[in-house]
Formats: sequence, C-alpha cells, structure tokens
Amino acid sequence: MTTEHGPSVTTTTTPRRGTRALLEVRDLEVSFATDGGVARVLDRVDLRIGEGEIVGLVGESGCGKTTLARAILGVLPTNSARVGGGSIHFQGESLLDKEPDTLAREVRGREITFVPQDPFGSFNPVFTVGAQIRDLMRWKSPALRGDRPPMGRRERQRADHARVVELLRTVQIPQPEQALAKYPHELSGGQRQRIMIAMALLPEPKLIIADEPTTALDVTIQAQILKLLRRLAEDHGVAVLFTTHDLGTAYEICDRVTVMYAGQEMESATSEAFFNHPAHPYTRKLLDSLPSRDRGLRGIPGEIPALVKPPPGCRFHPRCDRATERCARERPSTETLGHAHGVRCFHPTRPGAS
Amino acid sequence: MDTLRFLLRKLVEDRVALLGAVIIVALVLVAVLAPWMATHPEDVSEFHPQIRLQGPSAENFFGTDRMGSDIYSRILYGARITITIAVIAIGASVLIGVPIGLVAGWYHGWFSDALMRVSDVFLSVPQIVLAIAIAQTLGPSIENVILALSATYWPFWARLVYAETRSLKNEVFIEACIALGASPLRVMTLHVLPNIASSLIVRTTIGMGGTILTAAALGFLGLGPPAPSPEWGRMISESREFLPEAWWYATAPGLAIFLVVMGFNLFGDGLRDILDPRIRRSRRHDD
Amino acid sequence: MKLLVLVLNRTFWFFPTLLGLLVITFTISHVIPADPVAFVAGDNATTEQVEALRKQLGLDQPMHVQLYRYVLGVAQGDLGVSLYTLRPIAEDIASRLPATLELTLFAVLLSTLTGIPLGVLSAVHRNSVLDHVLRVFTVSGLAIASFWLAILLQLLFAMRLGWTPLQGRIDGFGPDTVTGFMIVDSLIAWDLESLGDALAHIVLPALTLTFPAMATIVRFTRAGVLDAINSNYVLYEQAMGFPRRAIVWKYVLRNALIGTVTQIGLIFGILIAGAVVVEAVFDWPGLGLYAVQSILQSDYNAIMGFTLASGALFIVINLLVDIIHGFIDPRESR
Repeated sequence: MTTEHGPSVTTTTTPRRGTRALLEVRDLEVSFATDGGVARVLDRVDLRIGEGEIVGLVGESGCGKTTLARAILGVLPTNSARVGGGSIHFQGESLLDKEPDTLAREVRGREITFVPQDPFGSFNPVFTVGAQIRDLMRWKSPALRGDRPPMGRRERQRADHARVVELLRTVQIPQPEQALAKYPHELSGGQRQRIMIAMALLPEPKLIIADEPTTALDVTIQAQILKLLRRLAEDHGVAVLFTTHDLGTAYEICDRVTVMYAGQEMESATSEAFFNHPAHPYTRKLLDSLPSRDRGLRGIPGEIPALVKPPPGCRFHPRCDRATERCARERPSTETLGHAHGVRCFHPTRPGAS
Repeated sequence: MDTLRFLLRKLVEDRVALLGAVIIVALVLVAVLAPWMATHPEDVSEFHPQIRLQGPSAENFFGTDRMGSDIYSRILYGARITITIAVIAIGASVLIGVPIGLVAGWYHGWFSDALMRVSDVFLSVPQIVLAIAIAQTLGPSIENVILALSATYWPFWARLVYAETRSLKNEVFIEACIALGASPLRVMTLHVLPNIASSLIVRTTIGMGGTILTAAALGFLGLGPPAPSPEWGRMISESREFLPEAWWYATAPGLAIFLVVMGFNLFGDGLRDILDPRIRRSRRHDD
Repeated sequence: MKLLVLVLNRTFWFFPTLLGLLVITFTISHVIPADPVAFVAGDNATTEQVEALRKQLGLDQPMHVQLYRYVLGVAQGDLGVSLYTLRPIAEDIASRLPATLELTLFAVLLSTLTGIPLGVLSAVHRNSVLDHVLRVFTVSGLAIASFWLAILLQLLFAMRLGWTPLQGRIDGFGPDTVTGFMIVDSLIAWDLESLGDALAHIVLPALTLTFPAMATIVRFTRAGVLDAINSNYVLYEQAMGFPRRAIVWKYVLRNALIGTVTQIGLIFGILIAGAVVVEAVFDWPGLGLYAVQSILQSDYNAIMGFTLASGALFIVINLLVDIIHGFIDPRESR
C-alpha cells in the first residue's frame, strides 16, 4: 500500500507525503443564521491536504473546525448554514459545484469518509452494528466501483463480510462476529469508536475526516485509538483531516497542523515547524499556554470574540500584543515562511528571530 | 422583567401563538362584557316560544333555539360558564397536584411511592370516564362538573411535577442549596418550583383547551349545569332533535368551543416553542 | 432476559392498578353519595322500602365489609345488576364490547395508516405548504369537540347528501356472529351485502374518532422524526453518504415509530373517551351508548360497571403497548 506514496518514513519531522494536493479549500466562507443575527463562522479559510497526509486542525471549541469538517463533507445544517463563497476542490474537482445527490452517492462514504466525535450517539440505536455495516457495504463497498471486476451480489456480500471481520480484528475487536450481532448500546465507547474507524476504512477512501474522534472517550483509551487511527491511515495510504482542541494529540499523530481562531485559519506548518518555530502570535500564545513544569498553567488574556459581530481584519488582533492599526483593517494574506509553512499575519516571528 | 420582554417579543414574532392569545383575550372580554354585548341578555332565562327555531337574522345573529331564545346572547353568557369551569378546575387540580408532586419527588420512601401509585391509578383510566362517574353520582350542576374535573385532573400535575423534581434534585445547583443547609421547603419553593414553572405554564395553557372540551362533553351528556343554562355542550345536545332543519342551532356553540380550544392550544404550542429553547439554553449555561 | 423482567414487572403492576381502580369506583359509588340507598330507591320510597333495599344491597354492613364484598364480586365477574333493567351488568357489557372494539380498532388502523406517513412527510418537508396545511389540520383535530364533529358529519353526509346511513351499526340482522365484529363476520360468511352495509355504517363514527387520534399521531411522528433528523446518527449516516430515502424511511422512521407506539396507549384513551359521545350521536350499540343510556336513566350501578370495564380495557391496552414497546426497542429489551 505504501509503495504508491513513496517509502514510508516513521519520523514525523520530514514531510514525506502530501506532495500532490488531495483537498484544497480556498477562501471558504460559511455563515450561520442564529437568534442574535448572522454569524460568519468561517471567514475566508484556506486548507490544503496532500495525498496520504495526516493534517491536524487545531483550535478552541467554537473556532469553526467542526464547521469546516462538515462543509468539506457537504453536510452543513441545511436550514441555518450557508456557504457564502470560496471553493473546495477534491482531486481537482469542485465539490461545491456537484449536485447534492452526486455528492452523497459518489464522494461521501466512498472517497471521503467520516469518523464522528460522538461514538455514543452516532450509531443508530435501534439497528445492530452488523446491520449498519451491511448497509454501508450495500452502498459503499469498494467492489461496487467501476474500476473493479464485476461480482455477483452473493459473492460480493461474502467478500465484503470477510473484509469486515478482518478489519474489525485489525481495530482490535476481539470477537468480530459477536460484536456485529450486538446493538450499539451493548458495546463500550472505545469499542464503538474502533468500529467507526473500521467503517471509515471499509470503503477504501482517499480521505478520512475525523472530527475530534476521541473527546468523548476515556483518557486511557484516547491514546490507543489515536495510534490505531494513525497506523491504519499509514497502512492504507489514506489522508486524514483530524480536528482537535488538544495540541499534544495533534503533535503526536499529525504530519501537518493548521491552527484556527474564531473562524479564521492562522497558521499552517509541519508538526515539527509548528512546535519549534511557531510564527503566528496566536500560535505562540497557544503553545505558551500549555501547562509545563516550570511555568504552570497560563491562559491567553482576553476572550474569544462573538462571531455575530467579530472584530474586523484579523480576528485575533484585540488580544494580540503585536497588533497594529493595519491588523484591524484587513485580513493578512498567507505569507510563506518555509517549506509548506504558511502564516496569516503581518507581523510573524520569522525563523531564526526568536 | 427581561424574561417578560423576551416573551412578548417572541410572541409577537410567532403570529400563530399571537392568534391564540387574541382568541383567549377575546373570550375573557366576551365573558366579562356579556351583559353589554348581548342583544337579548334576558334570554338566558326567558323564553319566546312564538319565535322558536328562527334562522339567523339581523335581530337574532345566530338564530333562536327551541325556546325562542337568542342563541347569540346565550353563547356570550356561555363563555362565562366555560371560563369559570376551566379556570377553577385547572386551578384546583394544579393546587392539589403540584404540592403532591413536589413532596413525592423530593422525598424518597413509601409515602412518595404510595402517592405516585395513587395518581398512576387515576391516570390509568381516560379522564372523562372517571369524570362521568363522579359527575353522575354528584348530580348535574356547575360545581359538580368542576369537582369531577379537578378530582380527575390533579394526578396529571402530580406526575409532571414529580418527574421534573426528581431530575432537578440531581442538578448541581440544587445539591449546592442542600449542602448550604437550606430547608427543603425553601429549596422547593424558591429553586425547584421556578425551574419547572415554564413547563407548568405551557401544560396549563394546553390543559385549559382539553378541560373545556371535557366539560363540554359532560354538558353534552347531560351531566353539566341543568337547563336552561346556556352551557355550550348542552346547547349542542338540545339541537340534535331539530336537525337538519335548524342547522344554526348546533353550528354556533360548536364553533365557539372549537375557537376557544383552538386559542388555548395555539397559544400553548407557541409558548412551548418559545420557552423550550430558552430552557435548554439556560441549562447548558449551568453546566 | 431483560425483556422477561420487563413483561413480568408490567404484568405485576396490572393487578394493583386494577384494585386501585376498584377502590376509586367503590368510593364514588358507596362513599361520596350521602345515602346511596335513598339515591337508588328514589324520592318516593318509604322508610321501610329504603331499609329493605339497604339490607338487600348489603349497604347496612360496615364500609370495609362492603369493599371486600365489592372486590370479591368483581373478581368473580359480577358487576351487579342494572337498576333499570335488572339485567346483570357484566352480560350487558360483554355483549356491547365487540361493537366498541370494532369501532375503535377501525379508527386506530385508519389513524395510524394515514397519520404516520403524513407525520414523516410533514417533518421532512418542514415549513412547506404541506406542513402548514397539516399543522392547521392537527390543531383543528385536537380542538374540535367530537360530538360536534359527529353531528356535522351526520348533517352533511347522512342528512343532506344521503351517502351514508344516519346511525346504527347495520340494517337487518347482519351476518352470523363469530367474532362479534360485523366487518370480520361478514367477510367470514362472504356476505358482501352485509359487508358494504357494515362499512357504510362505520365510516362516519370512525372518521369522527379518527380525526383527533390522527392529529395526535401526526404530531408525535413529526416531532419524533424531527428529533431523529437532528440526531448524531443521522449526521453520521449523511456524512457517510447513505441514500436520503433510506435515511428517512428506514433509519429515522424506525426510531420515530418507537415513540409513536408508546403513544398508542394515549390514543386509545382519546378513542375510548371519544367513543362515549360519538356512539351516542350515531346510536352505535357499544359501551359508550350503554354509558349514555345509563346516565339518562340514572343507573349508577351500570355506570360503575362501564367505568370499570373501560378502565380495565385501557389498562390492558397500555400493558400490551408497554410489552410491544419492549419488543421493538432494543434498548429496553437487551
């Protein structure tokens, strides 16, 4: 599997993948209608994911990372959310221009799959796990793709079932056949999330969107699940967009990290560059606020702005000590600092400066 | 104050709920102003057999009944009966049911269980069936209709308040009150009750509609206030032997019941839509 | 296993609830009236007559003895005799039960078969014209007095248009009694004339009962479907590109229906309550008509019999609904 993407290197420091863009989000704007008015939850956001690349989307809750994930999938709440502009290109094709039906049939669950935040509520409670996986395979089995040799229905179901059982073993479900016969509430949260990961892999997608896949779980299980997700993504050569509010987790499993603040992306860099040479003032403050032995816990002064009436320009400027008048006037465009290191700031910390 | 203004603003936005409110206000106005609005106020008790069963006209807007009384005037006076029955019956059942639900929800033990079992028995039978039995035993009168309705409706409130109190008891702020040494009575009246007030208000409003329907059904069955009372259900029942010729006889009181019940239901639905997200939002802030 | 516990638990509460109901009817019939005997005997009875009747009815005994005898009697299926016809009330009720059951079951079928799809459509296309029309429809259904609706339908379809019979259950003798349900019996006898006649008679009372029941079902199904549509599992199913039709009519509907099933008990309550007045209007020879006739004749023994019978019927239906709910909701049963 790894051969298509070049030799697999186990260190996270060198960007070994992601040379060709798989997903490119440009200037994406999403607004929500709320009681208090229209909130622009995504304000001209850029995001790039290379083939086979594991990208972490980091930010505080409410910064828009879940909205971005849902916008890519095309499952924003239809009655309240509106895409106001920008583009989402996947494998060179514009997703925003596709018919909703085509998107559901050919992209979602096929090319792009999903690992949800809440393994407790994301299984349908009144069907067995097996029934739900069977339905997934009925519509999304890789054997149904045009480029595969045609198979009889029975034959395909048998082959799919064998794959399901095998993949469940891979995600460390000890007795897959028994687990399939169970209802979701009869399984633990960790087991459910492992099955969700298996389900995301079953259609052999190019990209998995994992929206805070471990926040609902026990701390002890979180690490296991994340390592599993990373290992499987590498083994299958799948790209992953992984949203989290936890910088540590992002550092552990991601090739590249994009940080968001109040609906704007601030900085995007390889994990190594992100942690060693943070350029954006917000990123630096975020890293400073991590608890450490000699400093203790420190917060960032100020409050996250309300998105109904956000600050103009760079939304971080009211809390930023480098802010100038220009920051309040216009949003900085992306400045490239080094290899795949982009920052949206007029006053970034340049490499070697600190 | 802030809450009240919020409510009013939302209410004006929700035109359907506003319609309900308008109907309710109209009902109250009609009941209060009946003597002035009625064209033949004396017809509540006076008969004019020579003009019986006349169709609607400029003199008798909704026609006349079997005794020659003006149906329009009788309907206006009927609003008084409807309001009296509904308000007192709901009020009494709330006054009985809410304390029972509070106490049973707050304290654990055999007494609470017993209280809830008793209300379960009442709730295991359709309300109107028990109400019929009671009203029949007591005899037809407006007081007995009220008695029958309150005696069969209190368990509903007890159940509702019981469930809400049980779940509130586990909330952190209530536990904090207990930890601070507030007396149970104080916590119940100052903290539990205000928190369930909005759902009580919604249910009371919708319950008014249901109670008016049940009261009208009792009247229709001859268990309401006796003739010549202008009770709407009774008027419909009287009209039956003159159908299909005297179609107006049944139409007017039926429409009156329909409008009033609709008013309470629409208003109650609107209130729930307004209060529910509020409840959810404030709960989330508490977390 | 969990299911067995559930069934046993629900069945266990059946008898105390029934006993509780007996205590209530006993209280209404023996305790509330100042002197039940005088009430029964009427205003013109002499003192000796009253005392004789008191002894005969066992009302000279202490309260707890009376209650014991009352419960014992009911347990043996003895609901006493009608004060008007002197016939055993239990027999009267048994002979009228099928008519009421046929009418209410017909209305339940009609309201679920129409209410569930309409509720789903209303939720899926919320704020559409259909949704608004259905909102008006359901609000009216819950606001209209069923006796008035019955009269209006009678006025229009039976009196003015003459499309349906005015009242009654069937013309002539009808088919041989097997189940007691006219429609089923005429099908068994393959008597199509009776079948048509029975259907023509049942349509108006059934429609009257269906209207509020259907309104309730539409509302609950709509709310249930909306809840399900906003759930995380539907978000997941959408994000994984499941076909929209399968999401609505398979995944969402199954969840919403579990809620609707629990409402069927409530709907039976609406129907039984409605049947009392609707049967009176359509002269439908069931329990409701029996109750109304008993009210007119001040036959309070018969009314207590009716209260007990319809209460017991309602409790049994709710017991069945609970058990069915346990079967179809895996969270309850496993």
